[in-house]
Amino acid sequence: MSLSHAADRAPATGDSLPVVTRERGQRQVFCGLAGIVWLHRKIQDAFFLVVGSRTCAHLLQSAAGVMIFAEPRFATAILHERDLAGLADCNAELDRVVAEVLERRPDIGTLFLVGSCPSEVIKLDLAKAAERLSGVYRGRVRILDYSASGLETTFTQGEDACLKALVPELPQLPNGERSLLVLGTLPDVVEDQFARLFAELGIDPVHFLPPRRTTEFPPLGSGTKVLLAQPFLGETARACQARGANLLTAPYPFGVEGTLGWLRAATEAWGVSGEVLEAVTAPAIARAQRGLAHHREALAGKRISFLPDSQLEIPLARFLQRECGMELVEVGTPFLDRQLMAEEMRLLPEGVRLTEGQDLERQLDRLREDRPDLTVCGLGLANPLESEGLRTKWSIELVFTPVHGFDQAADLAELFARPLRRAALLRV
Amino acid sequence: MQLTLWSYEGPPHIGAMRVVASMEGVHLVLHAPQGDTYADLLFTMIERRATRPPVTYTSFQARELGSDTAELVKTSVGEAFERFKPRVLLVGEACTAELIQDQPGALARGMGLPVPVLSLELPAYARKECWGANETFYHLVRGLLKPRVPEAGRHPEPRPTDRRARANLLGPTALGFRCRDDVEEVTRLLASVGVDVHVVAPLGATPEDLLRIPEADFNVCLYPETADQTCLWLERMFGQPTVKTVPIGIGATRDFLDEVGRIAGIDVTDAKSPISSRMPWYSRSVDSTYLTGKRVFIFADATHAVAAARMCAEELGFTVVGIGTYAREFARDVRECAKRYGVEPLITDDYLEVEKRAAELQPELMLGTQMERHIAKRLGIPCAVISAPVHVQDFPARYAPQMGFEGANVMFDTWVHPLMMGLEEHLITMFREDFEFHDAATASHLGSRVGASRPAEAGSESHAAAEPADSPVDSPAQADASTVIWAAEAEQELKKIPFFVRGKARRNTERFAAEQGIQTITVETLYDAKAHFGR
Repeated sequence: MSLSHAADRAPATGDSLPVVTRERGQRQVFCGLAGIVWLHRKIQDAFFLVVGSRTCAHLLQSAAGVMIFAEPRFATAILHERDLAGLADCNAELDRVVAEVLERRPDIGTLFLVGSCPSEVIKLDLAKAAERLSGVYRGRVRILDYSASGLETTFTQGEDACLKALVPELPQLPNGERSLLVLGTLPDVVEDQFARLFAELGIDPVHFLPPRRTTEFPPLGSGTKVLLAQPFLGETARACQARGANLLTAPYPFGVEGTLGWLRAATEAWGVSGEVLEAVTAPAIARAQRGLAHHREALAGKRISFLPDSQLEIPLARFLQRECGMELVEVGTPFLDRQLMAEEMRLLPEGVRLTEGQDLERQLDRLREDRPDLTVCGLGLANPLESEGLRTKWSIELVFTPVHGFDQAADLAELFARPLRRAALLRV
Repeated sequence: MQLTLWSYEGPPHIGAMRVVASMEGVHLVLHAPQGDTYADLLFTMIERRATRPPVTYTSFQARELGSDTAELVKTSVGEAFERFKPRVLLVGEACTAELIQDQPGALARGMGLPVPVLSLELPAYARKECWGANETFYHLVRGLLKPRVPEAGRHPEPRPTDRRARANLLGPTALGFRCRDDVEEVTRLLASVGVDVHVVAPLGATPEDLLRIPEADFNVCLYPETADQTCLWLERMFGQPTVKTVPIGIGATRDFLDEVGRIAGIDVTDAKSPISSRMPWYSRSVDSTYLTGKRVFIFADATHAVAAARMCAEELGFTVVGIGTYAREFARDVRECAKRYGVEPLITDDYLEVEKRAAELQPELMLGTQMERHIAKRLGIPCAVISAPVHVQDFPARYAPQMGFEGANVMFDTWVHPLMMGLEEHLITMFREDFEFHDAATASHLGSRVGASRPAEAGSESHAAAEPADSPVDSPAQADASTVIWAAEAEQELKKIPFFVRGKARRNTERFAAEQGIQTITVETLYDAKAHFGR
């Protein structure tokens, strides 16, 4: 599909928005703690201290996989029986562990106390602890808290909770000034690409949250236009709005269409003309189209199902259907934020099967009946589905790999094309 | 509260999962919030299992707390039973569920399901993974066999002379270290002395297999970490003796055969040196002379650590310079072993302590888990993995047991391979002045990290080259030797020592100088230190 074709398509009316089926039952998805794995790589002077159980430590370790090579900037304060007996002691213990962490890592500028399922259930007040410890370490280390418990957060929502905790820390943008704030962890290479594009478009100043270092907090105020680079940051976006910022409505920057729409939202807010947008983006779009053509051959006409996992399902389904010609069998999403997904939902084909939440066994029943050519799922399910003859793509790769923007559009398509190409190659 | 960066063991419910994932016809309902399902990937990714572990998670959320989490347990149990039709249902709690006290075991038992429903107690804030596996296996075996326990004082019938002896292999589990191949190797080993394997459990067993356990003449406690409680109970209740020797290493394999022979009344002499056992000859061959006294640090689960220490000392001629375990429940075995080799045992589950000890000991080889592999990589020390916790590469496609005679062959290869072999070492010494063997060249067998891991060496050399010949050069190698300086000619002499032992020579000399109160290290000091440390 050519770009002009996509752009010409009339926006769908409210009536034809996809029908959403809600499901409840067993889930197969990480909790919000998993976000620490990419957040600690991005914010280089931050340390994440999970206050939780041995399970939390084990989950982080399993999700982080081979990143064991360096001493990580995250750890778990593992609760023991005696911590459960008395909360007063529990706070004293936490102070001791924090001191231990900060002694080991004098380079740390911000320490996040991260709540977990057990800390929530025993009602350990980490906000109060952060306040208390901030007093102790004032001027040296900023101490913040957020909850990434599985009781409240699903996988990428952990990043939302973390970034929301940063919002009150952002300095005030002076009245009368304006700025663009891009929300969501992006690999540095992608962030730099976007920064260059915004500069060429004449949009300035542009800031990114989270920053690479917490000494570089971007300002926020009523002159701030907020643009979401990730679709799972609803709470953070609303916290920014509460400080007077203006949330731009746009699709997410996946694929050519998404990236162009995303940039257009910024140019329109800035008063940059459509001609400038076209001129600036034309070379990157041409490159992206060339790169995509190759993978479209492998993907066009192939049927794909998304299991609810990373919250990226809807924008990716839109990209794969509209730009790569794939057929959407089922698009599952852990939860549906209608406000944040409004632009994406309009671009989904009519009649697509959209599910929110999960009832794992029933979903797998449907999957076995559908037998799509490709299933996007979590790591726990990939090999079992492969052994049933279904080709899979691990969803976690989508949050670790540079996939945003024009210059990654082909890489994004390639992630989905590779399992299909491989299946075609193998004779064993 | 314990600060933990990386952990050797998961929580106890992971141990329970290892047992049920090993078996067929068993299902576990785990009362746990969303997120705890991460555990599935350990089995499907690390071990590449083609099926999901037979576990249903209740996936409770914040909004259900205090209202209908108990109802959720019953729904999950009912649906899991209907869908998977297990012949035994286990019910347990992960850490968060333990706090909300829904008593899921009692709830499930109250549902009147037509199969045995066993409730697991898995104290998540006090215990860990291996304990959980041991406890779950014990509960399962006891739960199924309790009605069949003979009355007290009744001894098992002696084995009819026309029936071959039968043994059960107890303890192998999913995510265990080389369990799949060990079972095969021990089965062969027992066959070589005329003993049939009756039941293997938990790995590959059904509930019906567990019921057949008492039909065997004895049990082999293959992995005490997961099976010692079960074996003890079977011994007490069914009078089944336990073979306790774990056949890892040549000596232990022979002891194992002796123990089997004693218990089963069989002559095992002919089986003790099979032709396929190449390790003893390889170790005696001249090339292996160079292995003599190689300094080894061992850290693993207790069983593999103790077995490795014996193999190192008696079968490879290494020197055990340190030994430790993360398995506190089995710390006594490791303490005794450490005493035997005259070293200080390290009992800890803090990998930073292990790293610190490794850095102090500067061993020439580390035998450990995946954690030690990473530590060794950082320190530039050769390493082989001998125990869980495991990684995807610990499930090789090929046959690679640790137990029995073939296990000893495998270990000879995998432990000696990362070391410099004799002939190779000889050639390097011979060509030391050759330009291709310059100091900065990375040893090919250690990968590319080694160069980076010796910044002190590289730094001192470039420094030395830039200095006038007669001025003393600071030693950057060690903080506590900061008052000691190296004379330039001593630094030059140090460079003549082969690079793979130079770091140790530097440290020993500095330690010697510090002890002797020597301010400037001369060539004399270097050789005095060499004589002092005598190696």
